[in-house]
Amino acid sequence: MNELVRRSAAEIARDVGAKRLSAREVTEAVLARVDEVDDKLGCYLTRLNELARSSAQRVDERIAAGETLPLAGVPVAVKDNMCLTGTRTTAGSKILENWIAPYTATAVQRILDAGGVPIGKTNLDEFAMGSSCENSALGVTRNPYDLGRVPGGSSGGSAAAVGGYEAAIGLGSDTGGSIREPGAFCNVVGFKPTYGRVSRYGLIAFASSLDQIGPLARTVEDAALAYDAMAGHDPMDSTSIDRPVELTAIALRGDLKGVKIGIVKEFVTAKLGQEIDALYRRAYSELAALGAELVDVSLPTADYGLATYYLIAPAECSSNLARFDGVRYGLRVDGDDVGQMYENTRAAGFGPEVKRRILIGTYALSSGYYDAYYVKAQKARTMFAQDFRKAFERCDLIAAPAASSPPFEFNSKSDPYSMYMMDYYTIPMSLAGLPALSVPCGYAGSPQLPMGLQLCGPLFQEAKLLGAAHAYEQATKYATKVAVAV
Amino acid sequence: MSEKIDVRYVAKLARIALSEEEVARFGEQLGNLLEHVNVLSELDTAAVPATAQVVESRNVERPDDVLPCLDRETVLAMAPQRQGGFFRVPRIIAEP
Repeated sequence: MNELVRRSAAEIARDVGAKRLSAREVTEAVLARVDEVDDKLGCYLTRLNELARSSAQRVDERIAAGETLPLAGVPVAVKDNMCLTGTRTTAGSKILENWIAPYTATAVQRILDAGGVPIGKTNLDEFAMGSSCENSALGVTRNPYDLGRVPGGSSGGSAAAVGGYEAAIGLGSDTGGSIREPGAFCNVVGFKPTYGRVSRYGLIAFASSLDQIGPLARTVEDAALAYDAMAGHDPMDSTSIDRPVELTAIALRGDLKGVKIGIVKEFVTAKLGQEIDALYRRAYSELAALGAELVDVSLPTADYGLATYYLIAPAECSSNLARFDGVRYGLRVDGDDVGQMYENTRAAGFGPEVKRRILIGTYALSSGYYDAYYVKAQKARTMFAQDFRKAFERCDLIAAPAASSPPFEFNSKSDPYSMYMMDYYTIPMSLAGLPALSVPCGYAGSPQLPMGLQLCGPLFQEAKLLGAAHAYEQATKYATKVAVAV
Repeated sequence: MSEKIDVRYVAKLARIALSEEEVARFGEQLGNLLEHVNVLSELDTAAVPATAQVVESRNVERPDDVLPCLDRETVLAMAPQRQGGFFRVPRIIAEP
């Protein structure tokens, strides 16, 4: 493997910025790596070789002209539910299989403005609905640590691209765990910022009150650099937060002295089996060894997260996906009248998981059931926010599992609910809008495969969160202990 | 609040044509999911307000000025069927 593709985004940006290295050299090395391994890994639905080369050239010109670019020459993988003008943007769905985005998502534009080089658009569960990428209608992505297993999802293509050295930064979106779980599975850092911190303009909507864009990266520092480039108010997204952003890349720290970390007593890791229980206990004691004070906290609603989420997210999805009707863009399947055309288009264009969620969401919003299901879930959601507020009176951050198992084999979760269970530990934070990340914390199972520790902070505490994750990562360096399979 | 879901009716509302096989399979799967979500009835939410957006709730407005938007050709180039400057669709109003 070319040494350039192993470099962190921070190293690349520093060297390109100092003219010791050109963005062109980095880009060529990464494109060669993609040519070599992506037939096996399947991270990219669309490769953007020409755009990558012209973007790299532009970065080299900007550096030559004296500009300072925090992501100079950094190869970036973009999840294919984010628009990038002139490129195919599919959301992993047949209904958008040939759609060319006519504009660029704000988050993507900010990464490019900061000097990032787009390598390609990555695979995902259709419309970001899933935890393994198996719901993609357009391709199979494999875990870079074991080709017989899933990369996680829904941002599995971006996670596998970063884990498999096909990019230094991956852009993902997280609705109930879709950055953190694939981050854990692919042995990389997956960071979901506070809801509203990163603009959703140009992100194909799934559940608008939960969707949030964030980075996947091989180091916490790289995740911080990417977040700093993307975060901040955008007038094009009315839910984007209009308040100053704390830079995070300057807040990374080497210890956890004076940091109180809450361990959620309802998250009993013993039920995950002896090996995983021991792994998470070790992770918590590693936090303590860095100087953190561990305190018990309680989330009494923890066991109601899945139920709440699987009403709210499908309800919002059924409403958002109503726009795919075959009239203005995307797939159209004809019918005798316009009603049949809608029904045939949506029957052919959506896969089974998307249909299930549209149906359950439509049901939860339908007359007679709205109060019992949707409003009830919205009230439960209030309780999650209240529980977390109370917990954070006792601690600065919360530590928890990022996933309940190491990466699993393809086709091993045939029952939809068993797949939904993968998000048990990540959904509560999503419901409360909190910033949370997954950082590699060791290996479990046979063969030994990556696991992730989840850290979560109060609203807007990104700097504190990434700072602490950096201390943990630097002290443990679990991600570097096992080599990829390709 | 446990009831069997009328998949055909819901699919009609959602504008998705389903095969017989899908009606049976989704009916069973959605019934199972509803059983799981029914645990919410255990939560006492009588005094709890509903939350639609957790972070900040405020109205967002901008001046009512005309701003640039996508040009017609770019948009219509993506249309499944067009006729001149319009989207072309099947008949909407039935013959009397």
